[in-house]
Amino acid sequence: MLADPRPRSRAPRLALRFAVLAYLALVLVLPVGAVVWRTLGAGVATVWQSITTPDALHALYLTILVAAIAVPLNTLFGLACAVVLVRQRFPGRRLLDAVVDLPFAVSPAVIGLALILVYGERGWFGGWLREHGVPVIFSLPGMVLATVFVSLPYVVREVTPVLREVGEEQEEAARTLGTSPLGAFLRVTLPSIRWGLAYGVTLTTARALGEFGAVAIVSGRLVGQTETLTLFVENRFESFDQAGAYGGALVLAALALLVLLGMTRLRRGRGLPNKENR
Amino acid sequence: MPAAGARLAAGSGGLLRGIVVTYLSLVVLIPLAAVAWRSAGGGAGSFWSSVTAPEALASLRLSFLAALLVTAVNLVAGTAIAWVLARDEFPGRSVVNALIDLPFALPTIVAGVTLLALYGQHSPLGLNLAYTRAGVCLAMAFETLPFVVRAVQPVLLTMEPDMEEAAHCLGASQLATFRRVVLPALAPAMLAGAALAFARAVGEFGAVVLISGNLPYRTEVAAVHVFNLVQSDDSGGAAAVSVVLLAMSLLVLAAIGIAQRRGTRHAG
Repeated sequence: MLADPRPRSRAPRLALRFAVLAYLALVLVLPVGAVVWRTLGAGVATVWQSITTPDALHALYLTILVAAIAVPLNTLFGLACAVVLVRQRFPGRRLLDAVVDLPFAVSPAVIGLALILVYGERGWFGGWLREHGVPVIFSLPGMVLATVFVSLPYVVREVTPVLREVGEEQEEAARTLGTSPLGAFLRVTLPSIRWGLAYGVTLTTARALGEFGAVAIVSGRLVGQTETLTLFVENRFESFDQAGAYGGALVLAALALLVLLGMTRLRRGRGLPNKENR
Repeated sequence: MPAAGARLAAGSGGLLRGIVVTYLSLVVLIPLAAVAWRSAGGGAGSFWSSVTAPEALASLRLSFLAALLVTAVNLVAGTAIAWVLARDEFPGRSVVNALIDLPFALPTIVAGVTLLALYGQHSPLGLNLAYTRAGVCLAMAFETLPFVVRAVQPVLLTMEPDMEEAAHCLGASQLATFRRVVLPALAPAMLAGAALAFARAVGEFGAVVLISGNLPYRTEVAAVHVFNLVQSDDSGGAAAVSVVLLAMSLLVLAAIGIAQRRGTRHAG
């Protein structure tokens, strides 16, 4: 029997494990625990009261409404964009591929400014749109636009690699049997890319529910009108209403937890995480 | 017949491409072009004076240096976390693995409230980082933690431990094994994760805005400065600072992209 020439010591491995867990505890786990602790400290009844005020409920409703519009839009766009990137050859394809990632590199404050410059009252399209009865900035369409901007790349990035892997042969076979192109895509390809698509939609939803900076700029933050739940949390925090701030934060954290559980299950569903997205 | 089919497909493909490009233009490209246009609107002199205004310069410097520091920290920490998750075994590993995605799932403003609950005034640890640059870095570190982990982990998982074992059996120390065998294979993924982390950190807004207190010249980051300029209706100044901020993250992304391509060409 061959003996290991240098018995591996367990000490470095244990030290590394300890260091990693300590870092995660200090940066991730303990702060979240502290929020729960503080919320309980403020009293469950007080917290419940402050997150069931009409303003708080309207903020929750608006957050869900904006996500309910932005996520389907970006899902359809993401599918279409992935199809274009994977299956079409045209000049500028690599440029399109790079542009899709732009939202990852743009600060939320810059996104807000950018949308105001185009869709604001004195913006490029804003005046024309307002004349035609479509106010964008300081109302729902602007908030949806900001949310669409920040969450745009996720579906494209998750669907592109799986779509490339699946290929086109089966779909072509279905088409020779007389299925329409759209029917073939929906019935043959869509089921085999469903895990990647679902993962992308989950990431989009998380980002859409949680967007703060861009929406803060374009919404005008009118309490009870254009205030989403993230804006509500900041507003309550700035006015020293701890119960409201922690309560709102906890509602958002609960939504995030659901998303997190979804992500974990989906990652298991599609096997190993994708190696490279490009 | 096949020619007609191909033409039909090309036609509908063109339509699809047109829709995709239009959507992308209306949401992303035209608004970003408007920022560039607005920043240039007053001429080079006005752009320069907006960017070099002391408060703007201080905020840009803070964002850049803090993001650089945080990226370096999370490059090391993220690689260590990925290694522990891929190679080490301990009870609760899958829970830790799921937790890594928390910053992606948690809204940024909630991250800010969360960090203040532990590291703000009345900190249960007695560690008050509110209104400090350390607090700014902490918020950026929280937000960018997953990037390097999630970039490196899949590469480690597809890498067989055999090579590491072989190096070890040939007498290499654990450190040497990591440096000579593991690190070169991981470097492209580490760089990719670090690039995304930097781009995210340099423009971070929601997580930073509460803990930093936004003291001009001290803890006000560039994104918050842009926000304040927009609120005070100085869109020209805001656009100028935005262009510099955008250039910083795009340059880092591009530089790392080039480094990676050169690295893979070298290896292949």
